Amino acid sequence: MKYVPDATADQKFEDDLTVDRAAVPGLLSELDEYAVEQALQIKEKSENPESVEVTALCVGPAEAVDAVRKALQMGADKGIHVADDSIAGSDALATSKVLAAAVKKAGDVDVVMCGMASTDGAMSVVPAMLAERLDLPQLTLASVVEFQGDQFRVKRDGDTSTDVLGATAPLVLSVTDQSGEARYPSFKGIMAAKKKPMETWSLGDLGVDAGEVGLSAAWTKVEAADARPPRTQGEIVTDEDGSGATALVEFLASKKFI
Amino acid sequence: MSEVLVLIDHVDGAVRKPAYELLTIAKRLGEPSAVFIGPAEAADAAVEAVKKYGAEKVYVVDDTEIKGYLVAPKAEALQQIAGQASPSAILITSSAEGKEIAGRLAVKLDSGVITDAVDVQDNGGPETTQSVFAGSYTVRAKVTHGTPIITVKPNAATPEESTGAGAVEQVSVSLSDSAKKAQVVASQPRESSGRPELTEAAIVVSGGRGTGGDFSEVEDFADALGAAVGASRAAVDSGWKPHAFQIGQTGKTVSPQLYVANGISGAIQHRAGMQTSKNIVAVNKDEEAPIFELVDFGVVGDLHTVLPAATEKINARKG
Ligand SMILES: Cc1cc2nc3c(=O)[nH]c(=O)nc-3n(C[C@H](O)[C@H](O)[C@H](O)COP(=O)(O)OP(=O)(O)OC[C@H]3O[C@@H](n4cnc5c(N)ncnc54)[C@H](O)[C@@H]3O)c2cc1C
Ligand SMILES: Cc1cc2nc3c(=O)[nH]c(=O)nc-3n(C[C@H](O)[C@H](O)[C@H](O)COP(=O)(O)OP(=O)(O)OC[C@H]3O[C@@H](n4cnc5c(N)ncnc54)[C@H](O)[C@@H]3O)c2cc1C
Repeated sequence: MKYVPDATADQKFEDDLTVDRAAVPGLLSELDEYAVEQALQIKEKSENPESVEVTALCVGPAEAVDAVRKALQMGADKGIHVADDSIAGSDALATSKVLAAAVKKAGDVDVVMCGMASTDGAMSVVPAMLAERLDLPQLTLASVVEFQGDQFRVKRDGDTSTDVLGATAPLVLSVTDQSGEARYPSFKGIMAAKKKPMETWSLGDLGVDAGEVGLSAAWTKVEAADARPPRTQGEIVTDEDGSGATALVEFLASKKFI
Repeated sequence: MSEVLVLIDHVDGAVRKPAYELLTIAKRLGEPSAVFIGPAEAADAAVEAVKKYGAEKVYVVDDTEIKGYLVAPKAEALQQIAGQASPSAILITSSAEGKEIAGRLAVKLDSGVITDAVDVQDNGGPETTQSVFAGSYTVRAKVTHGTPIITVKPNAATPEESTGAGAVEQVSVSLSDSAKKAQVVASQPRESSGRPELTEAAIVVSGGRGTGGDFSEVEDFADALGAAVGASRAAVDSGWKPHAFQIGQTGKTVSPQLYVANGISGAIQHRAGMQTSKNIVAVNKDEEAPIFELVDFGVVGDLHTVLPAATEKINARKG
């Protein structure tokens, strides 16, 4: 799960054209709350819930620990925060490299659960990249997740068809915001989270070389980031006795849409 | 001139418009080569289609063996073709599947990837334009390492016809076992509504919670304009329209000539999917609705009276 700037606030870029993450309050990417929810449901619906452990993993700056904490409050059992100054400015390739190394270090992982997209970069590539790097099957963009033992089935609404996909764990899953509302942390959950184990790992812990990540190793370069000029508000009419429809049709005709 | 690979977007062999847009962009960057991964019996027609938009070469991959699997085999096929063609760029449509293929390919080729480009120009190599943070910023970027892998949104270019040689090269792809790990167990094609495709339409008319669940007025208005129909997440979550209609951050991005929002408040996540439309019109009974900040023209009024009256007037004009 990713820690991202609040999507409803006004974003800014730094001089080096990376996102100014201090300008806007950060939070657990809302679309990753769905991932946490589905991970918790897999635990709860499995035959032996006590034997299933949900670990919340986040790669991000010091403040990103808040995202991990939120997941623990929701009910995850354990947190891992990968933080290392060299990671700042990483592109999707480097991010997925760090995440893959962290999943490997975490040990015996059956399901790598992701959100459908982060709410900042919003590339929707990291789950597929993780599957590639970990050599696992990907069942991505699932709106429904079902499983029996290690057999997983998901529903995926594609552009031209709705598919049912199947694979055997270990696997990478990503879930959409259609998969089911995420739970709110309860007071009990918030108190319990304080006692849950949390680890902070550096690149050294993962055996990833600092030269392979960060802005200098990003293989995409942002050359310019320009604020889009705000749209100037056009004419607004108030409908009275059908005047609205007349004005609307006149506008459409003036723009040659009819 | 070096080859630019274009993965051809199609449904059962019928080439989709975004593929022609990519071929048009590829021509700016080098020599367009199409990659058709699909049913063998549809290949001839596909080759003819892409030739008309400048494909000098067409790599044809019979998908009999791979169509039962998700994206991984397509990434392997592209990796193999890229290995022999040494392309100067690889262009893929920015669909959910296209982006995942691009992601896997980027790892395989150890190359930079840019997604959701709304424009690509040649500026000493491909230079992309992305619209980020709900359309509030325009970013220009380049891939600096490896073969630039770029996914491009529909409508990023106007397809231009130009005859290419269309030299066919059959490619037999040897798939790894690991590419076959995620299976397509069942597939239900989307039923055609008879209306234009949402992401390709010149006009999009959408409805939100304000419709109260009855989309017939929105649909009649759309039909009078020859438009596609879209919906807000509130309308989709209420079960009034399937998810495929959703416009916004977690739905489709549209960039039509005209977008008409009816009974939609204009939340940031909805705006993320329609903010780059050329003209924006809204009908909403609340004059304070944030959608009005974006509009070229707005009607403060009840959509249940405004839309039927407007539809009648448009149909009358058409005679
Ligand atoms: C506006 C903008 C545009 C960008 N464009 C590009 C680009 O074109 N090419 C490029 O290579 N990079 C780009 N980046 C950088 C890229 O977004 C980051 O490197 C990022 O961490 C990975 O991609 P994503 O956030 O888009 O993830 P997505 O692929 O959208 O994320 C999918 C899921 O992966 C998981 N995930 C993603 N990141 C993390 C993390 N750090 N920790 C834990 N889980 C995670 C989450 O579950 C998330 O829901 C861009 C960044 C921004 C802010
Ligand atoms: C992570 C995340 C992702 C999201 N992704 C999306 C997305 O992709 N797309 C999306 O749309 N939303 C998305 N949302 C939801 C978004 O925040 C809003 O909740 C949603 O867009 C509201 O839909 P609406 O405008 O139809 O409903 P409302 O906000 O309830 O607005 C209804 C509007 O209709 C007007 N109205 C009511 N009756 C009438 C009438 N008779 N005539 C005229 N006007 C009337 C009201 O004045 C009001 O302005 C997302 C939210 C989150 C948290």
